[in-house]
Amino acid sequence: MTQAPDVTRLLDVRDLRVEFRTRDGVAEAVGGVSYGVDAGRTLAVLGESGSGKSVTAQAVMGILDSPPAFVTGGQVLFRGRDLLTMSPRERRSVRGAAMAMIFQDALSALNPVLTVGAQLAEMYEVHRGMSRKDARARAVELMDRVRIPAAKARVNDYPHQFSGGMRQRIMIAMAIALEPELIIADEPTTALDVTVQAQVMDLLDELRREYAMGLILITHDLGVVADVADEIAVMYAGRIVETAPVRELYRRPAHPYTRGLLDSIPRVDHKGKELYAIKGLPPSLLTVPTGCPFHPRCPRAQDICRTERPPLYEVPDATDTVAPGRASACHFWKDELDA
Amino acid sequence: MPEPFETHLDMTEALAPAAGGGGPVAASGADTLQGGGPPRTPRRLPWRRPFRPGGGLPGSSRGLWSDAWHDLRRNPVFIVSALVILFLVTVAIWPQLIADGNPYQGDLSKAQEGPAPGHPFGYDLQGRDVYTRTVYGARASITVGICATAGAALLGSVLGGLAGFFGGWWDALLSRLADVFFGIPILLGGLVFLSVVTSGSVWPVVGFIVLLGWPQISRIARGSVVTVKQHDYVQAARALGASSGRTLLRHIAPNAVAPVIVVATIALGTYIALEATLSFLGVGLKPPTVSWGIDISSASSQIRNAPHMLLWPAGALSLTVLAFIMLGDAVRDALDPKLR
Repeated sequence: MTQAPDVTRLLDVRDLRVEFRTRDGVAEAVGGVSYGVDAGRTLAVLGESGSGKSVTAQAVMGILDSPPAFVTGGQVLFRGRDLLTMSPRERRSVRGAAMAMIFQDALSALNPVLTVGAQLAEMYEVHRGMSRKDARARAVELMDRVRIPAAKARVNDYPHQFSGGMRQRIMIAMAIALEPELIIADEPTTALDVTVQAQVMDLLDELRREYAMGLILITHDLGVVADVADEIAVMYAGRIVETAPVRELYRRPAHPYTRGLLDSIPRVDHKGKELYAIKGLPPSLLTVPTGCPFHPRCPRAQDICRTERPPLYEVPDATDTVAPGRASACHFWKDELDA
Repeated sequence: MPEPFETHLDMTEALAPAAGGGGPVAASGADTLQGGGPPRTPRRLPWRRPFRPGGGLPGSSRGLWSDAWHDLRRNPVFIVSALVILFLVTVAIWPQLIADGNPYQGDLSKAQEGPAPGHPFGYDLQGRDVYTRTVYGARASITVGICATAGAALLGSVLGGLAGFFGGWWDALLSRLADVFFGIPILLGGLVFLSVVTSGSVWPVVGFIVLLGWPQISRIARGSVVTVKQHDYVQAARALGASSGRTLLRHIAPNAVAPVIVVATIALGTYIALEATLSFLGVGLKPPTVSWGIDISSASSQIRNAPHMLLWPAGALSLTVLAFIMLGDAVRDALDPKLR
């Protein structure tokens, strides 16, 4: 995406670069990622494990562990202000209050020795300076808000006393406590049962609409994305390979990797046939292939793919006009669209 | 949100914890769906019973500390050792309660004599009552044990915790410093350091034990903090805007303190034995302070003609050390979730 500076955007990540300095060498986990989300919209960031989607999110939140991870370039504009140049103190006041994060495994993301009420109340005590009693009352309200049955009776329970779905609701309650403008959800439903997944996803979507929050949904599950996302960014080996509005992407993917992902979803009408799988494995970040990082696994790969890294080409939509936010990092995006 | 969805939500989610909790597991999925009670009204019982793999009464467990207390109260080892320690501490504070004699006053004419009416443990080399001296000796041992452990635990966990939390050069510096103290042989160190001290009170000994004991605790504390620091909830706390101090005190410390407590409780017993050893060697406590170590030392040369002089203070020392080490074991069992 090569967009003009835009201060009205809620979050605008530009050319973000993160590297891990390890004993085995320097791994570029995020190699120039740009994406953005507007208030009230949902961006889904899609990718396999190790594609850099979570690292990007942690860099945006400012919770990378350094060392070994270092942000080496780019900007993270939140309402036009660059988070990366803020002082640690300023940044901390943004975290939690203006932007919050939901983690994959709520059991490990909640402190086991504190009651959920204490952890929810802490948000108000730290950021709003509320008294313990008022904060406790707000905690019960929050638990009601995320539809935890008998919230008043359960506020003094410990995280391990809740079911997985309930714990994720508490995680969500903590994230929305201060009504942030942006929520980053890092695989919020991966650790849950399928039935509970849909409920948690719907709750998240409902809260996003109610508070007009921007939502960045990090996932590897295309099925979860389809219902709730507005835009999708597909990541591979630390870079964005395709961005598109969700319907466009499902209907006409412009990158062979995206197509591969879509083809590998099990479908009822394919019953009895062999399920498609993208051949090979994602590259190690220490040895990213030259040229297009996807070329060793790509059915469409030509000589140029081995030598020349494709830029993000702008891709027109179905009516052949250049659509904002539609791009593909494939030399042969035209062929892919028409396929 | 469409209405049908909400109904669906309350049904499945309300039932899920009931199946995982301590409630009746007999109901199959189909049973639950057909016969399931009113799903909209909150049913308190089933999900207020947490799942406890180790058994125990359902509904009575609450987190690590209350679980640990729950286990401890039922552990005979804990009860016995706690009672012994309670007795020892009481005697250390008020020795007059069970011994009305004077530990300093001797009758040389009765030197080394065996038990006599009113003097059940006999007399020592200077004709002092062994029973009275054994009772009064508890004070020195308990004081040294508790103060040295408290000091070493405090110093060690603060330094080790900070090293683990901040890492980097601070960690490197503290870890090397701890290694230096770790490398000092404790008896040789005692002979060197304490031989220049002229005071016979407990405080130089306490100081010495703290000085050589903190590295052990600091290593445990550092390792524990490093482990806890990597947990998601610490990152989550940071993601929700908690400061470093708050993260360390509220989220890391309570989760990291259990191993420190365990090691400290066990160390308490060994510190008491160490005090006796140093006193035996003549560099720990010195007369007129009454100490088991001193009495064992003076009795050791007479072991063949007056074994009772050695037996009683040595027995008291063994019992005390045993009680504290047993307490440490019980606490470790209760605090280590993997042993449940």
